[in-house]
Amino acid sequence: MSGVRVLVGTRKGAFILTADGKRDKWDVSGPHFGGWELYHLKGSPVDPNRIYASQSSSWFGQIIQRSSDGGKTWETVGNKFAYEGAVGNHLWYDGTQRPFEFARVWHLEPSLSDPDTVYAGIQDAALYRTTDGGQTWRELPALRTHPSAGAWQPGAGGMCLHTIVLDPQTPGRIFIAISAAGVFRSDDDGQSWRPINRGLRSEQIPDPTAEVGHCVHRIAMHPSRPNVLFMQKHWDVMRSDDAGESWKDVGEGLPTDFGFPIDVHAHEPNTIYVVPIKSDSEHYVPEGKLRVYRSRTGGHEWEPLTKGLPQSHCYVNVLRDAMAVDGLDPCGVYFGTSGGQVYGSANAGDSWSAIVRDLPPVVSVEAQTLP
Amino acid sequence: MIRVVLPAHLRTLARVNGEVTVEVTGKATTRAVLDALEAAYPALRGTIRDQVTFERRAFVRFFACEEDLSQEPPDEPLPEPVAAGTEPFMIVGAMAGG
Repeated sequence: MSGVRVLVGTRKGAFILTADGKRDKWDVSGPHFGGWELYHLKGSPVDPNRIYASQSSSWFGQIIQRSSDGGKTWETVGNKFAYEGAVGNHLWYDGTQRPFEFARVWHLEPSLSDPDTVYAGIQDAALYRTTDGGQTWRELPALRTHPSAGAWQPGAGGMCLHTIVLDPQTPGRIFIAISAAGVFRSDDDGQSWRPINRGLRSEQIPDPTAEVGHCVHRIAMHPSRPNVLFMQKHWDVMRSDDAGESWKDVGEGLPTDFGFPIDVHAHEPNTIYVVPIKSDSEHYVPEGKLRVYRSRTGGHEWEPLTKGLPQSHCYVNVLRDAMAVDGLDPCGVYFGTSGGQVYGSANAGDSWSAIVRDLPPVVSVEAQTLP
Repeated sequence: MIRVVLPAHLRTLARVNGEVTVEVTGKATTRAVLDALEAAYPALRGTIRDQVTFERRAFVRFFACEEDLSQEPPDEPLPEPVAAGTEPFMIVGAMAGG
């Protein structure tokens, strides 16, 4: 019987949750790398036993870990993330220009075809790639040296490149998102980039429709329909039907359109999930109720999913990389909270249960469907 | 032979227990000790000092013989008892974070 492995990154280590295809009994292993921040773990789509993990601490910096046996054992690989050429500047909070400075790896995106090739999004925003299983990392500098970079500025979490989406149908096409700059697309495997933020409106910046400067929180795509992108922006849930050339707001009907994660059902490209958060000054769910909202129409029409989730006195947040889906049928949906709960649904969100509920604050959740 | 004490997280990362020892050819300095340490335990690269600038990470300190050597130039000779292996060179995670 096929199964699921859920990779959970927290503020104090990584946890690996495994279950068979019924997804009703879970084995929990961890903490791996206890005491370290695990911003992200993700497995290779072509070799699920190959997993990469971003481990970091304020004291000892960035470590990259690699497993070749599904997370049972790990080895440290390369952790040198040097900017290529002149470092350049970005906009700082006080309006001055400040040099890019490496802080940590936010997101690891393994290649769709090669387990040794992985893209890494870092803070301060830049994109790196390894082709030797993480031993060495080279920047794809055209992004950081884009003429607009001087207008990029940090969001509250730092100026991070947090989302990397690889197009499975158009060779060389990559989407990335930066807080607070926006979405960029490359059609030549990272050799050149252009911002694709037309239609975004952000009242928090001087020109609400500027080409860059938007605090995009996450973008998601269904692999069968890569021209359709969904976005959770700081405020606003957005959709593009033309590979990011233009965006429209599809968030009406939500209790709030602020939030962090957004994801797409594994088998229904028009079914999407968000977790509305009360506001950017509160960072917890509205009305003390933890509700995932599902749209089966690609936006506009939303239904709250509450069965099994706390509906009173709940004040958690769900971060941008902390939601994932598996590929089983029915589709499994998972998310982790700032309160240390990881919730799972084995029926596409109709009902939920806590797989674990007392972990450190959850930063990231990824689901692997196992053969 | 120089004795080096690592903080707990770096012992885990290097997969060692207790003190480690490194051999330094030539003058015993902070730079020479860290070069030897990183050569013996590549997993420690970047965790004590930056891999590009070689600057000490902000929350890491170097103690020896009851002195704070953190601000000393990296090519300054270490105290004789450290060079002789009678006292350890201590790499310490600074108290920070509450």
